[in-house]
This record gives sequence, structure tokens and C-alpha cells, in this order.
Amino acid sequence: MIRPGARIMVGGFGLAGYPELLVENLAACGVGDLTVISNDLGSPGVGLGKLLTNKQIRALIGNYYNWNPEVPEACFRGEIEVTLVPQGTFAEAIRAAGVGIPAFYTAASVGTDLARDKETKEFDGKTFVLERAIHADVALVKAHRADELGNLVYTKTARNFNPLMAMAATLTIAEVDDIVPVGSLDPECIVTPHIFVDILVRRD
Amino acid sequence: MQVIVPAEEAKVRIARRVAREFDEQKRSMVINLGVGIPTMVAGYIERHDIYIQAENGMLGVGPLAVGKEVNRQLINAGRQPVTETPGCCYFDSATSFGMIRGGHVDATVIGALQVDQEGSIANWIIPNGRQLGVGGAMDLVSGARQVVVAMQHNTRDGKPKLVKSCTLPITGFCEADMIVTELAVFHLGGSRLVLKEIAPEISLDTLVRLTEAEFIVCANLKTMSV
Repeated sequence: MIRPGARIMVGGFGLAGYPELLVENLAACGVGDLTVISNDLGSPGVGLGKLLTNKQIRALIGNYYNWNPEVPEACFRGEIEVTLVPQGTFAEAIRAAGVGIPAFYTAASVGTDLARDKETKEFDGKTFVLERAIHADVALVKAHRADELGNLVYTKTARNFNPLMAMAATLTIAEVDDIVPVGSLDPECIVTPHIFVDILVRRD
Repeated sequence: MQVIVPAEEAKVRIARRVAREFDEQKRSMVINLGVGIPTMVAGYIERHDIYIQAENGMLGVGPLAVGKEVNRQLINAGRQPVTETPGCCYFDSATSFGMIRGGHVDATVIGALQVDQEGSIANWIIPNGRQLGVGGAMDLVSGARQVVVAMQHNTRDGKPKLVKSCTLPITGFCEADMIVTELAVFHLGGSRLVLKEIAPEISLDTLVRLTEAEFIVCANLKTMSV
């Protein structure tokens, strides 16, 4: 389902809440030329870091790669293209893609190197920068539990970008620890409604 | 180079002073702490109605987790395992930065490579270095209601970090409200740097010599408690 050259979004912050099994499978199948949209890239050879070690990545869009020194090294050697986006802008841009908003204004990064060549506009005397939504072909997300419809609940800080990315891709694959019958999740506690989820993969 | 306050003592002093700033406010607060010295601030806060927000999606961060408390799904924004406080809650990253961007977070404490006399902050990258990451720093300095910079007064090789104009890439322009170092406490008032407190070990002349930025001295200058 993930073809060479695909734009993929992967949930997680550090090693909390990333779809370990899906990422391992992606590393094992060796599909390349990927654009990976994620907060960070794990650690060298660990988690998403494996995809870089395997040279499956063409471009990265994210915000923090200092936990994986292989990223700056590959970038400075010209092997990959890296686009840094402030973390809050990154989160909101993914949410925007999921909810049909093509772009939005934010004060973060105004005047800095990361706002270079971006449009700005004043509102009430303050300058804001225009940021585009970030969409992907496929989102790989991790949740704690799903029901058979694909409603998702999360655990602690493993939630992070997962509910946003689940909304922002053409195809969403959710890796979960457990799948329960429809009706057994408390409807008040469902974080990602099943409308956003296409495929469930259970860890065994 | 003369060491006035050894590095470890300096870090503790800075963290304690920032913690006192929050303890003395007579209201409940939500604060966000960056990595390094800012993280240490939590250990010195005495009040129980100051809540720590972590931008990776948690409000009510407790002390670092040890032993059996460690859960890899429960970390702060510096990837350290942490614990929950009563009433703690979790949310996605867009909601988390909505709190920050929306002005709901009372204060952020951040480290810095340089701060200039107009309060512009450089803390995210050294050009041609081996680093590639911005994290939430730009969102935090532009969104939090109060921006407190907690940093050592000079670099390891004795260069000033409080400068006339930042030479490193800027994180946010004119965003700092307060700067705490081991040698002094400054406030930014009307885009001017104002010295409020000075460490007991040094004279005003020494502080001026160690600080590139120009500042004015508050009429009611106090000695920093150490």
C-alpha cells in the first residue's frame, strides 16, 4: 500500500506512541524514495531511524532531529532534504489538512529563518505568517485500543500527533494493542472517531 | 578566565530563583519548562497550584519517574520518563500548542544561546553545527504569556550571552520578559533591559564588564538571594 515516492505521516514523539510494528514492516520491505512527515526520527537505527539507516528516505518534514544525529549528517551530505517546521505549526498544519483548511496564520517563527519566503499579514497590529496544511498519502498511527469499527483510544503521552495524522492522510492505518467488539468502548472516551481510520493492525 | 560561580552551583541558583518567581505570584499558574536548567525549576517550586504543561500533550507533569514508575508511554518533551500529578490530563499536540498559541499558558522557561538587549532570543541552532531541530521553541516564545530565559551568564569560554544584538539565528524577536542568570536578574521593560538583582559575589562594574548588552539599573536594585 506504500509505493516508492509516497508521502507518509508517522505518529509518535520520541519513542512514545509510534507504530513500531508498521515501521518495522516498512523497513523490512525496503520501499524507498519516501517523504516522511513526523515529529522526529527516533534514534539511530531505532524506530523511524531504521528507515534512514536503510536509505529509504528522500525527504523529511518535521521539527526535531537532534535525537538522531544520522539526520543532520545525511542532510549536510545532501542525501536527504529536510524541512523544519515549528512544532506547534507542524501539529496545526496536520490538523488543518484533516479538517479541510488549506492554510492558516500563526505568530510562531515570524521574522526568523523558518519563515523565509513565506507570506505574512498583519492582524490588529501584529504580524503573522501564512502556513500551508500538511497532507499525506498514508498515515501510520499508533493507538492503545480500537473497536472493530476503528474507533481509537490512546494511552498517556503516546497520543501526541496520532489523532491529528489519522485525519490528514488519504489512507490511515492504525496499529493497536487490542481490538474489542463494537459497543465495548465508552463513547465518551473515544478520541479518534472511526470515520478517520481505514485499516487496523493488531500487535500480537 | 575567572569562575565566579561554579557551573553546577550556577544552574541550581538559576533554577531556584525562577521557581521563587512563580511561588511568589499569588495565583495558580500553568507553566511550560524547556530542557536543561528550565527542567530543574520544577524541583524547587513549593506551591501545589502551579501546573506543568509538557508540549507533547500533558498538563500536570510530576517528578521524573524512577524504577517501576517508568512507563515509556509517559514522557516529557525532553523524552524523560515522568509521573502524573493528581488531576493530570492528556491531549493531542494540536490542542497542546493551542494552549500555548492561544495564550493560556502563563509562562514558559527556556534556555538560550544568546539574548539581546531588546529581548530577542536565539536558542534553536548554531549555523554549520551538527544540529537540526527547532522543536516547540518558536511557538512557546511567541505564545506563552510570560517568557523567562534561564541561562548561565556567559558561555563556557567566557563570552557574553547577553548581547547588544543576537548574532545567532533568532527564535523570537523581542519576546523575553525576564532573564535569570547566576549573576543577575533582568526584566524587559518597554524594550529596555533593566537590572533588578545582582549576585552578592560581584560589583556592578564587574557585571557590566561581563555583559555585552546595555542595561539600566533599577532604582531599587536588590542583592540576589543565593
